[in-house]
Amino acid sequence: MGHTLIEKIIMKNTGLDTVSPGQIVTVNVDRVMIHDIFIPFVAEKFKEMGFTRVWDPDKICLIYDHMVPTSAVEDVRHFQIGDAFAAEQRLTHVHRTDGICHQLMPEMGYARPGQVVFGTDSHTTTYGAVGCFSSGIGYTEMAAILGTGELWVRVPETIRIEIDGELPGNVSAKDVILTILGDLRADGATYKALEFGGSAVEKMSVASRLTMSNMSVECGAKCALVAPDEKTAAFSGVPMAEIAWLKPDPDAHYERVIHYSAAGLKPVCACPSQVDNIHPAAELVGTKLDEVFIGSCTNGRLEDLAAAAGQLEGKTVAPGLRLIVTPASRSIYIEAVKAGYIETLVKAGAIVTQPGCGLCCGRAGGILADGETVLATNNRNFLGRMGPSSVKIYLASPAVAAASAAAGEIVLPE
Amino acid sequence: MSKIFTFKNDVDTDQILASQYLLLPNVDEMKGHAFESLSDTFASDVRPGDLIVAGDNFGCGSSREQAPAVLKALGVKAVVAKSFARIFYRSAINIGLPVLISAELSDAVRDGDEAELDLTAGTVTAGGKVYACTKLPPYMQRILNAGGLIAVLNAEEA
Repeated sequence: MGHTLIEKIIMKNTGLDTVSPGQIVTVNVDRVMIHDIFIPFVAEKFKEMGFTRVWDPDKICLIYDHMVPTSAVEDVRHFQIGDAFAAEQRLTHVHRTDGICHQLMPEMGYARPGQVVFGTDSHTTTYGAVGCFSSGIGYTEMAAILGTGELWVRVPETIRIEIDGELPGNVSAKDVILTILGDLRADGATYKALEFGGSAVEKMSVASRLTMSNMSVECGAKCALVAPDEKTAAFSGVPMAEIAWLKPDPDAHYERVIHYSAAGLKPVCACPSQVDNIHPAAELVGTKLDEVFIGSCTNGRLEDLAAAAGQLEGKTVAPGLRLIVTPASRSIYIEAVKAGYIETLVKAGAIVTQPGCGLCCGRAGGILADGETVLATNNRNFLGRMGPSSVKIYLASPAVAAASAAAGEIVLPE
Repeated sequence: MSKIFTFKNDVDTDQILASQYLLLPNVDEMKGHAFESLSDTFASDVRPGDLIVAGDNFGCGSSREQAPAVLKALGVKAVVAKSFARIFYRSAINIGLPVLISAELSDAVRDGDEAELDLTAGTVTAGGKVYACTKLPPYMQRILNAGGLIAVLNAEEA
């Protein structure tokens, strides 16, 4: 019996000859990510557990992104505690203003093909796009990993999702994953691994695959993998020969295999206030908007800013609407400036903010007022996430978001 | 006897504790905001020993461990749901908050009903009927019995 991709990564990591779903194994952790919101709690639990030294300072990434720059006096405390922990433990990978953790981890090569990575954030599933087993955990477990370098995991069942053919011009990876979430529902893959494949996925950029893996946690997935190819090798800076083993066996056992025809997919939106409440954007045309947000670890990458700039070239944002654009990292910001996307967006009336989580985590950068409606490219539209619980949040692709910002209401991109 | 507080399917961690409260310095200061977007009275009405009974996918969304932590701090004795989201489930066990799975209970009880939880037997008695809940795998049961992961690690060191 062959093995799925996640099973092969766990076998390589643990040295076991075979594993099967449901088995509990202890993995050796290759890298961890802790962000600014949870570092005070991780540091506190680490001490409570009686640890004094972390298992390997080089394997720990501390990234400030949710609170950069600060928007309240008490935010500073998180940086003070983080800085003190980093100094005490001699951490070598600390990013204070460089961008969102889930962009930096693959971009900086911290999360690589075949590795096992955990983070104190549910969207840690993102790195599956480069063939890395990555998943979110709580701060107590993170503290335990810092002390031991190990974590127990249940080997997950795998759901394979095959997307074949050519995506229509106005359909992006965001529309693909939103469609999948609408079909699988919010708990359709709980405790399970997703494995994406098919010719449409092969054609996707690494950035688009990151969008797909990022949102997979919204159907409960533990991880969401794409088998690495030449594009992954180039992105992660590893020779293809080293990662060629990272593919599922032809006779691997899947809990389910789901097929999509790319040509039949359409632009869609997640409607308030569940991510699996998916409707074709065409049915929502005319929905009035107060604000549009383009950014986040889901859709703040260069191709997303390019798509937004493409929609807004020579146009202006609708009167009274606020368009907020947040590049996912410093390097993406620089590339977007060089390519002219930022100039196009600013001329159109966008407010461009510093790389970070920004509005997505509802702490700063465009909080909405009672009864307002926002169309956003991030990953969650939960009640009260971007302001009072009366705020209506729609999720969509950067192209839908930018076109709608010009129209002042939801429209289909050109 | 425990009083039951019921919740529907797909209760996310933003609903359990909204993200703006994650910046408060400790869980005791956060706990008064539990379920704020769903209920004006939960945090003031809940008493130590009470039970939360929910539908599918309880605790979906973010990884914030403060979600199970505020429930434990309010004295919630256990959460019984049809199913749990992965990170919430792990974190609850790691902090010593019992999480039990029952396919039937949430459809059988209403807000304000009374029930008796027997953690050792893994049963909930409500309305004269006994509901057997799914037992945890031994590894996780050991963590829960010890009172959480910190207690386990401290015991291993000693």
